[in-house]
Amino acid sequence: MIRFQNITKIYPTHPSGGYPTLALDDISFEIKEKEFVSIAGRSGAGKTTLLKLILAEEEPTKGRVFFRDEDIHKIKKSHLPNLRRKIGVVFQDYKLLPSKTVYENVAYVLEVIGASDLEISQRVPEVLEIVDLADKINNFPAQLSQGERQRATIARAFIHRPDVILADEPTGNLDPYNSAEIVRLLLKINELGTTIILATHNKEIINSLEKRVITLEASRVIRDEEKGRFIL
Amino acid sequence: MFTLLKRILKASWLNFRRNIGLSLATIFILLITISLITYLFLFRQISQFLIAELEAKVDISVYFREDSPEEEILKAEDELSKMSEVKEVEYISQEMAREKFIQKHKDNLLLMASLEEIGENPFLASLNIKAQKPEQYETLANFLENSDFKNYIEQPIDYYQRKPIINKLSSITSVINKAGIGISIILILLSFLVAFNTIRLAIFNQREEIFIMRLVGASNWFIRGPFLFQGVIAGFFATLITILIFFLTCWGLGPKLEIFLPNFNLQDFFFQNLWILFSIQLLTGMILGIFSSLIAMRRYLKV
Repeated sequence: MIRFQNITKIYPTHPSGGYPTLALDDISFEIKEKEFVSIAGRSGAGKTTLLKLILAEEEPTKGRVFFRDEDIHKIKKSHLPNLRRKIGVVFQDYKLLPSKTVYENVAYVLEVIGASDLEISQRVPEVLEIVDLADKINNFPAQLSQGERQRATIARAFIHRPDVILADEPTGNLDPYNSAEIVRLLLKINELGTTIILATHNKEIINSLEKRVITLEASRVIRDEEKGRFIL
Repeated sequence: MFTLLKRILKASWLNFRRNIGLSLATIFILLITISLITYLFLFRQISQFLIAELEAKVDISVYFREDSPEEEILKAEDELSKMSEVKEVEYISQEMAREKFIQKHKDNLLLMASLEEIGENPFLASLNIKAQKPEQYETLANFLENSDFKNYIEQPIDYYQRKPIINKLSSITSVINKAGIGISIILILLSFLVAFNTIRLAIFNQREEIFIMRLVGASNWFIRGPFLFQGVIAGFFATLITILIFFLTCWGLGPKLEIFLPNFNLQDFFFQNLWILFSIQLLTGMILGIFSSLIAMRRYLKV
């Protein structure tokens, strides 16, 4: 489903000085449909860059990334929304729209794909029920706790049943209880058939999952195991 | 399409209401720009009115010798009135000239006594000519000097005595016009820049939201739409407020201005030009709102 082919990513020198940064170095792997894959590694190992490449937020310096046999970085800018509508994203810093309520944040994605008003009015409350935010439907992100914000982000990420969800350190700002809750939700979504790519440096989470783990170290893949553990 | 438009409109109104501080700031800046353009329009109308009033006061008179047959004078009048440079020609016969003099100086006993003393009518028949523009008097004077009836004309034509005044008036009106246009362009440019920058800052504040929208798969137009309509809403409110302020100005200032400009009624001016003004204001406000948003958003939509 998603294939990285000899990907190297070097961030160029900042205009005000400094040196170029090597984020990924000749990386190749493939992720299959309905898989739950964790990308493990220390901060700065290249996990976020990897997810950004799938979302076409960044372009590789060398190599190609395929999404269902389509080279992501050959897609025209005007067609990028079509790719992104097949991907749900959970960010560490939530990235909820601050001027929209929880309901509107989640509904926005459905509006973007052109769902009908009826469909929106039925599905949004359902999904918010699943993430246990039914009573916060009209709250703004600033009125939510960290855990609630992350659950709202998850609701937004899978409301439109995307093919894949990218979760970038989704538990980074959460306590153990909320972290477990988020992981439980991601597992549940995966059971429904959505591919999950979880980038994290949380050892306990990765070890508890007993799913495939790709470990990054110094911009390279050092381990790729079917039922992996966090070993660095 | 209809659903998309409905969603964009709804989102615009919600954003406008929820970011009311920012929306009010945008309205205020647009209000200043639109007001400036409105007052420049008013200033231009008043200055044009003043120029027209001044120009209307300028004319030249061509006096005909005492022995000139009246049909020759009427022929001259006819020829002059056919010229494109001529706005108005008035024939004043010897008798009419005498009447006018008497009317004007009837209280001056000395002058009246002198006129009585002379006995016969000392006034000459004349043609009073008004040109379309002050600079055309020279052409008219040349035409009269080389015309078929030049021998009947009492030389020199009084244009040459009035020439310095006419020229001065011509240069004053030209300076007022040019300065008015120049100042207007500079002020309009400045106000456009201020409005553009305010909207740019408002969008800069929302760049993170634009970025998120792009990442969740929104197309550029789905993102732009609400911002553009917010510009339209701000432009619309700014126009309404400006029209109201302008109406109050005309209503309050009208009677006072009439003391200086007796034939210029500001209230009539307001109602006669209401639709033009409203259109100019609305177009300015909306175009400014839309274009500023479009340009300001460009860089944030590149993700």
